[in-house]
Amino acid sequence: MSAQDILVLAEVNQDAVADITFELLGGARQLAGATGGQVVAVLLGHGVAKHAETLSAADRIIVIDQEQLAAFSPTPYLAVLESLVGSEGPRVVLAGSTTIGLDVAPMLGAKLNAPVVNACQQVAVEGDVLKITAAICGGKVLADLEVSASPAVLLMLPGSFRPSEDKGAATVETLPSPVELQPGAVTFEKMILPAAGDVDITQQDVLVAVGRGIQQEDNMEVAEELAESLGGELAASRPIIDQGWLPTTRQVGKSGMVVKPKCFIALGVSGAPEHVEGMKDSELIIAVNTDPGAPIFDVADYGVVADLLDVVPALTEAIK
Amino acid sequence: MNIAVVVRQVPDLVEPLEIDASGTALDMDEVEFLINETDDHALEQALLLKESGGGSVTVVAIDFGEVDDVLYTAAAKGADRIVKIPYDDEDCPPRPTEAAAMIAEAVKDIKDIDAELVLVGSSAHDELEGVLAPLLAIKLELPYLGVIRGVKPGEGGQVTAFKEFPGAAMAQMNVKLPAVLGILAADQPPRYVPVSRIRAAMKSTEFEEKETAAAETETGVTVLRMYHPEPSERAEMLTGSEDDVAARLAEILKEKGVIQ
Repeated sequence: MSAQDILVLAEVNQDAVADITFELLGGARQLAGATGGQVVAVLLGHGVAKHAETLSAADRIIVIDQEQLAAFSPTPYLAVLESLVGSEGPRVVLAGSTTIGLDVAPMLGAKLNAPVVNACQQVAVEGDVLKITAAICGGKVLADLEVSASPAVLLMLPGSFRPSEDKGAATVETLPSPVELQPGAVTFEKMILPAAGDVDITQQDVLVAVGRGIQQEDNMEVAEELAESLGGELAASRPIIDQGWLPTTRQVGKSGMVVKPKCFIALGVSGAPEHVEGMKDSELIIAVNTDPGAPIFDVADYGVVADLLDVVPALTEAIK
Repeated sequence: MNIAVVVRQVPDLVEPLEIDASGTALDMDEVEFLINETDDHALEQALLLKESGGGSVTVVAIDFGEVDDVLYTAAAKGADRIVKIPYDDEDCPPRPTEAAAMIAEAVKDIKDIDAELVLVGSSAHDELEGVLAPLLAIKLELPYLGVIRGVKPGEGGQVTAFKEFPGAAMAQMNVKLPAVLGILAADQPPRYVPVSRIRAAMKSTEFEEKETAAAETETGVTVLRMYHPEPSERAEMLTGSEDDVAARLAEILKEKGVIQ
């Protein structure tokens, strides 16, 4: 690795490379074009070497295949990355703002005494500095930032880069772990998949999604009636799931489902990047929100600035 | 189990967010604060663990924003001790690295707590230069696991934590204590506490103050500018009375073949 390389932390979820990994490789190609370095993908796990060929946008693919890395646990992942990044010193480490990235990347930065930037949306290299735009406060505020130290550890929001169409040299190197891995304090027991039986929201033509703007559980009925009138199903953003008003199987977004229905109606959903990631490719998006500045209007085809409790019953009536 | 819980305030996103005169930070004078949602869940998780297995809950907060409101509410909900860390800058909240150093020092130093478990919200929407929860684990030299939806007490100095993965999947993980857990959601939604109980807590609760050494504020990140995103022109905005808007939406749904 050279001081101009861009390192991508690849992720595998349920035996498939995560979409964000391909996006990060796309971003890494652009950055490496500007630094003159290589794109290095790092793939940790057990039995993951078969995925290396899908990472061909990278110049080098370092696979560390060890039993102790079979399931994600922050401590062994961190130990391997600290050693790998510390010894070779790339210019930038790109991690996804994901359940794995959020655990490991900030600690990696702290261990290496490297700057860490959260919620990054854009990155460019200008000479010796990195110019970064990050989206905070649920996407309502943007921050332009500058980082000159190397390596910089960046947590990228999903959708920030396009997956790369260019190929790299794609040399696969399968290496032993650079550090001895001990069983840590955090151990994986089992993966719990969503219970079958509930509706599969990824298979619906029409989804009516509710967000925080629904305010109270009693108001869910209003959304339910609209969904029923459209022959659709209810979905939700994370706050509604956390309240226990709908099961996790109905969650749209980063930690929930990625949906692409014919019609997605967002009611009181602000449109935080984590949610938008899961619904932006819907064919028709209609958003109702009281806040004219809500980021959901950036992805919607049609928007209404109003209280959903006023508009939705009228819409249900109009449809009937 | 003795548990320390970290709580913070963040700007309420329902209210307008202004940028200050420097152009590089939020204007804290104009911000409406509320408890960071995931910290609220961390507090709830701590209370649930205490209720199921005994022990104590100590809430730790840096004195920024209107944090007293959050602390009295926590006391009213059942927190045993409240520790407040003095912080002087009213305009700029501590950065995650700085906050991690201050809180770690306080948690290590608070006598008799002997916290086996430190719970903190796994993220906050205003975190820019790092993320507090994992950084706190580094400062405390404890193992970390974040993005957790629910923690159950286990046998022999362990807990079972449920870590969120895409596709509504969850990894069941064993965590040997002591450890720091970043909570996304508690086993139950945060409990409601009547205002009368909060008022009573305001009279009966004493905060313990814990001064900490000035923490490193240099993050290697320079904020050049903060601003609101350009309003997008993608959505066609429908205006008029509720009935007008509803009628137009029904037409659109028909044109697009969503309804017959």
